[in-house]
Amino acid sequence: MEKFVKYSSTIIPIDRSNIDTDAIIPKQFLKSVEKSGFGGNLFDTWRYLDQGEPGQDCVGRPLNDDFVLNHDSYHDGRILMSRENFGCGSSREHAVWALRDFGIRTVLATSFADIFFNNCFKNGVLPVVLPGADIDRLFASDQDEGPVEMEVDLARQSLTTGDGRVYRFEIDEFKKNCLLEGLDDIALTLQHAGDIDDYEQRRARQVPWLFRDLD
Amino acid sequence: MTETTLYDKLWDAHLVRQSDDGTALIYIDRQLLHEVTSPQAFAGLRENGRRPRRRDTNLAVADHNIPTKNRSAGITDPVSRLQVETLDKNCAEFGITEFAMSDPRQGIVHVVGPEQGITQPGMTIVCGDSHTATHGALGALAFGIGTSEVEHVLATQCLVARKMKNLRVNIDGRLPDGVVSKDMILAVIGMIGTSGGAGYALEFAGSTVRDASMEGRLTLCNMAIEAGARVGLIGVDSVTIEYMRGRSYSPQGSDFDQASQAWLELQSDPGAVFDLEYNLDASQLRPQVTWGTSPEMVINIDDVIPDPANAPDKVRSQDWSRALAYMDLIPGTPISSVVLDKVFIGACTNGRIEDLRAAAAVVKGRVVADTVKQVLVVPGSGLVKKQAEAEGLDQVFTEAGFEWREPGCSMCLAMNEDCLEPGERCAATSNRNFEGRQGYGGRTHLVSPAMAAAAAIAGHFADPAKL
Repeated sequence: MEKFVKYSSTIIPIDRSNIDTDAIIPKQFLKSVEKSGFGGNLFDTWRYLDQGEPGQDCVGRPLNDDFVLNHDSYHDGRILMSRENFGCGSSREHAVWALRDFGIRTVLATSFADIFFNNCFKNGVLPVVLPGADIDRLFASDQDEGPVEMEVDLARQSLTTGDGRVYRFEIDEFKKNCLLEGLDDIALTLQHAGDIDDYEQRRARQVPWLFRDLD
Repeated sequence: MTETTLYDKLWDAHLVRQSDDGTALIYIDRQLLHEVTSPQAFAGLRENGRRPRRRDTNLAVADHNIPTKNRSAGITDPVSRLQVETLDKNCAEFGITEFAMSDPRQGIVHVVGPEQGITQPGMTIVCGDSHTATHGALGALAFGIGTSEVEHVLATQCLVARKMKNLRVNIDGRLPDGVVSKDMILAVIGMIGTSGGAGYALEFAGSTVRDASMEGRLTLCNMAIEAGARVGLIGVDSVTIEYMRGRSYSPQGSDFDQASQAWLELQSDPGAVFDLEYNLDASQLRPQVTWGTSPEMVINIDDVIPDPANAPDKVRSQDWSRALAYMDLIPGTPISSVVLDKVFIGACTNGRIEDLRAAAAVVKGRVVADTVKQVLVVPGSGLVKKQAEAEGLDQVFTEAGFEWREPGCSMCLAMNEDCLEPGERCAATSNRNFEGRQGYGGRTHLVSPAMAAAAAIAGHFADPAKL
């Protein structure tokens, strides 16, 4: 996994709550057996005026001019901001693959759905939970003064906007390190293979019926 | 001894290793796989030269994008076909048991697991699907994961996790006529909101839950995720034990006796403390219908469409307005007057035999309304289908003008050809009413099987008890 490095970008504001993973990447694109190629279809239904199909070239499709991702000043944004319960619904990791493919490496929200939140860390995307007042201020700033530039510094757990305001955030230490170092967590778990062996041997004696083959 | 919750017990029994930073390595007893969220996980194994740690504890079944009619013709959509064939190949290569499309046991993964006894009390169960919460009805710790974690479990039989908090919803009282488990869970979601259970394991308790059949319990836990909770749970009792008895993959003989003794311990202790608790009076419930594009946007059959001006805050007011525009509904309209184009009965929420019986009981001797273009009845598995046919339910449905289909996820998420056309309105027994969920521009209202059947007959939403 690519290491998460400090960067600055425009915040793309999507002012709604409960954005579900069906909206982030609609179901027809889930038929792919690949992990990449989803960026063109990120928020497909909101972003385009026609119905998207897998394998289609998105260049030249009619754009929904009202949708923020299509505004020149936001299109190159690499930070997404929303409200409560971002990423709810389906467990599809394709939602994170689509965000990452588009270039989004940080998502700001007042809360995230649990499965989406976990999926982010597996793909080098940082989900940041901010208090409602901070999110309110950032949305207001965007609306009143135009696009907000922000520096994301994971090592320091800080977000700094162009006006010099600093927002601190909390993050699980293990997940932070995985992102900063770009670690493969399967390899990390396999370092504990001995513990897993011991557990299995103990459990197989206690609950032998859980160790019968499904064949 | 400290009194603990069911979730605490399941967690403790699966703890392989606790780290100082609060993360833990948790052992996973069973993984269920389907075609949509597994291909990249198998590819990851291959790229890294890894093999499944316990291939024999995985079960694969294709359900999301397989056709529900003309099965003998195969899958016509080449992209869907490739995905299902990829699952077949991966299972063959890695030695994983698969119920193929032609297998009579094939069906929706969350219907097949319990039905086969592959889901067992006390297990940890994962699947690359958020509705894995379903299996918690049997006292298993079951939750949905992403594809990276599917690969992680295949490779290590473990997950890195943090313990969740404990939430309990107590449901007491006798359900009125025409009100079922689906109405209970929709009411719970309406009460606590779609993020109300985020970060929690949600246990359902109380006399109404105890009185519920296993199928009703599976419906409750299925939609825990729509209340934000990744885990749904119900303590083991005699209903659970009797359900497990004699299933194909249930423990047999003395194994079963030993197992059922252990399973009966899987309950929250009477004095266990929950981080958060809610109570719901089942006797006051009415049949539920969602009106918007989030499952928390739900009202009683007797209610009118709400006005965004009355929303609790500005953000919600905007969300309601957007939902009403998408759903093409006007505040103040009685929900019972809303007219439907299609009806879908099925899904991992309500595709079990009891659901089909409830729908058939409403339909018997009646016919579909002229204005309703299509009613799909999609059994949750091949065995549910067979049972329904043995009881003559398929006849009841087809005589009423409903279509009787092959098992799969079908129009719950419309990855196959079963879908809504833009602007069409559907009463669905599934679990999500998100924009475009059942098809581009489609409008979904979530209801119980009896309400779906009543709506198909009446042409609009109707209280099944009053039809």
